[in-house]
Amino acid sequence: MYVELRGINKHFGAYQASRDVSFGIEEGNLAALLGPSGSGKTTILRMIAGLESPDSGDIFIDGARVNDLPSSKRGIGFVFQNYALFRYMTVFDNIGFGLSVQKTPRAELAARVEELLRLIGMEGMERRYPAQLSGGQKQRVAFARALAPNPRLLLLDEPFAAIDAKVRQGLRSWLRGMISRLGLTSIFVTHDQAEAIEVADEIIVTNAGRVEQKGRPVELYKSPATPFVARFVGDSAPIGDIGRLKGFDGADADVSGVVSGAIRPEFIKIFAPGESVQCESAVEAAVVESVIFRGDALEVSLILKDTRLSARYPLEKETIAAGQKIRALVYCLYAFEGGRTRLLHNACLGRQHDAYSYSI
Amino acid sequence: MKTRLKNKTIPGFGLSLGITMAFVSMVVLIPMFSIVLQSSALGWSGFWKTVFDARVLASYRVSFLCSFIAASLNCFFGVMLAWVLSRYRFPGRRIIDGMIELPFALPTAVAGIALTALYSGKGWVGAFFADLDIKIAYTPAGITIALTFIGLPFIVRAVQPVLEQLDPVYEEAGRMLGASPARIFRSVILPEIVPALLTGFGLAFARALGEYGSVIFIAGNMPFKTEIAPLIIMSKLEQFNYGEATAVALTMLMASFVIMFCINVVQSRAARFVKE
Amino acid sequence: MRTKANTWTARALIGASVLFILVMLALPLAMILSEALHAGWSAYWKAISDSYTLKAAHLTLTATAAAVVLNAVFGLAAAWAITRFEFPGKRLLTTIIDIPFAVSPVIAGLVFILTFGRLGWMNPILTAYDIKIVFATPGIVIATVFITFPFVAREIIPVLEARGNDEEQAAALMGAGFFTIFRKITFPHIRWALLYSVILCTARAMGEFGAVSVVSGHLRGKTNTLPLHVEILYNEYQFTAAFAVASLLAAAAIVILVARNIVEYMVKKEDGGHVR
Repeated sequence: MYVELRGINKHFGAYQASRDVSFGIEEGNLAALLGPSGSGKTTILRMIAGLESPDSGDIFIDGARVNDLPSSKRGIGFVFQNYALFRYMTVFDNIGFGLSVQKTPRAELAARVEELLRLIGMEGMERRYPAQLSGGQKQRVAFARALAPNPRLLLLDEPFAAIDAKVRQGLRSWLRGMISRLGLTSIFVTHDQAEAIEVADEIIVTNAGRVEQKGRPVELYKSPATPFVARFVGDSAPIGDIGRLKGFDGADADVSGVVSGAIRPEFIKIFAPGESVQCESAVEAAVVESVIFRGDALEVSLILKDTRLSARYPLEKETIAAGQKIRALVYCLYAFEGGRTRLLHNACLGRQHDAYSYSI
Repeated sequence: MKTRLKNKTIPGFGLSLGITMAFVSMVVLIPMFSIVLQSSALGWSGFWKTVFDARVLASYRVSFLCSFIAASLNCFFGVMLAWVLSRYRFPGRRIIDGMIELPFALPTAVAGIALTALYSGKGWVGAFFADLDIKIAYTPAGITIALTFIGLPFIVRAVQPVLEQLDPVYEEAGRMLGASPARIFRSVILPEIVPALLTGFGLAFARALGEYGSVIFIAGNMPFKTEIAPLIIMSKLEQFNYGEATAVALTMLMASFVIMFCINVVQSRAARFVKE
Repeated sequence: MRTKANTWTARALIGASVLFILVMLALPLAMILSEALHAGWSAYWKAISDSYTLKAAHLTLTATAAAVVLNAVFGLAAAWAITRFEFPGKRLLTTIIDIPFAVSPVIAGLVFILTFGRLGWMNPILTAYDIKIVFATPGIVIATVFITFPFVAREIIPVLEARGNDEEQAAALMGAGFFTIFRKITFPHIRWALLYSVILCTARAMGEFGAVSVVSGHLRGKTNTLPLHVEILYNEYQFTAAFAVASLLAAAAIVILVARNIVEYMVKKEDGGHVR
């Protein structure tokens, strides 16, 4: 593990920002710290950077314990949420600052700054001041500035939060590509799960100061370890008592007592009027609440046994409309029991299937 | 059209503008007009003769030099004070913070006699230096100390808010890039406070140039050595030499306006960098 | 966020700052007290209760009160006119209002002498109506008004400008008259800024020396303010008496500082904004 945290705790006054946080990140990986606001992800990032000190626990970078090492000596590049470009320095001076601190000779410094300017696609702009740049440009300069002194670890604090939505997409792919090319171990903080899923090699989900799960995006999506991860990563609709659904009640489904769960849109099949139905015994009656066109399919919000669920419905089938009575089958769902998540399949389907082998 | 409508919505336009113009005319415009009248009476040759008189030139030199040095001293100590007051907790911080405006609140004559007593040969500080054979009171050094006193609040209060409101992010960025605290101060913080510093310097300098009460006691007022320009004006007035007094006053006014103008320029140029 | 002084640099900076403040601010105050009580309490009391001192105190308070009231009225009127309406020459007006700040007190005095003095151009009119301005109380009042002219306007204008016109416009459209709008809507927002500027104004007015020195004629018992009285006593080598009177002014200065700090605290508490 290149970066490792063990048993980190941190509180601010009465507020516990980090609770027994432990995880490791391999060299060369781009990891995302994903969680809602206030979940402690930025605190973790700042502690790795040395901008905050943990109350207890250890932080290791490349095998060495860095708790007592000041930020300036940890060899970390940091990209701030609002860029933090030095306002009274030109783009050139901003990018070259870290090298200037290292007393790099002038020629070498200039060459490196030029190289980075080419990397970020801003050649010719070295004499501009931050006030003259757009948000996207400032972010790229901030990135170049962090990279210039050849850091061994790159940390990014919600790098796209302050950027226009249109620019965000392009910047994201650009950053992803850039970091892969450089092979630099990187950790970025985000509250946007779509962003984390798209950009990161692995995701660390945080909630209320704790780490809920760490894994590749696909793993988190398919096998959420906790109810929070099931709800937070990807879409899902909560259901209070899975026993009320046909096929999930009784001894067949291995559940005891009232168990809550979550259902992803792709776990539900909506039958078109007149379509023949599998598993007659488990089909439920439902009412369509609303239908939204999503470009490649319809997103249908339906009420099934007093629970609002969301499902997808292909455009090729006969259209359905709000208020219509339809039939739906829940193939599988996540069951939350004792803090664990289990993927359960509808009993009527017999053998265990991989949830994703059903077609809509 | 829009202007007139706007001015009719909220009441009181006539009344407030009337009062304002009445005051401004009586208190500022008409009296200042007298300077114009008087100087035209003096004529060009009279003006130049007065302004370039050796004694008057000497007084300019004393005033400008001492004011400049005092304002510069205040730059150094002012930044230090602003830094210490905005960054650290220490016993007595609140008291010191509250005392900074003392030079504004204390009458200049009171400050004048107190400083003279303090730095004269028998004063608490003066005696210490007298042993080293250094005279402070009745020398330009004394003038400079008095001018430092009255200019003290300008720079502290100009720089302090900037430091207090400076986003910590810039310093954090500096640290992450490996800079030492000294380097961060030099490269990141100092540029941020320079506009406020220059403004404070300008204000302190302008104030010091025109200062009278706190200086005349400690100066000794020896022509060519420790005579300040405002005193020259005063003595010409006492001799009913209105013309010459006005001439000297005009040059001082022009200097003040130039300084004020420069301050404005500094402020507007600095605003360009801060646009978000 | 303030931290405790952990490093040697921090401690050195704090130490140097505290030393600077002690020498520059605390020592002069201590000197005043020490010299004032030099000859004991009875001499102190005698100097303070001397009839000339009392008359000087009376004149100082009168001039100060007049200046404060007049400038408050002016400041409010000017702020109202400038921030609530559009008219050509607004920027020029604000610059003119700021002129007294840039002018040396001695020059201010000179200007009034040139206007209202015996050889001044308004003299014929004044003698015709038998009005004495210079070398009399009105002269002192007008000089003090001039010196403190911008204080109130400068404090209130930014507050009103930041707040915008909306509330007053809404009230006007509902039919409220000028005084109602002012009293109920505008005033609550500016009361602390007003109080703050009044305090500053008072301090400056009480301590004014240079300008008043020129226009007063130093007639003891008639046209002497407290600061002028201090000067006279000092020049007569009555040092203890001079410092005794000075101590009164110093005490007033401290009261003013405390009042200012309290008001600043109240302003911060009330709406998170700060008054300079």
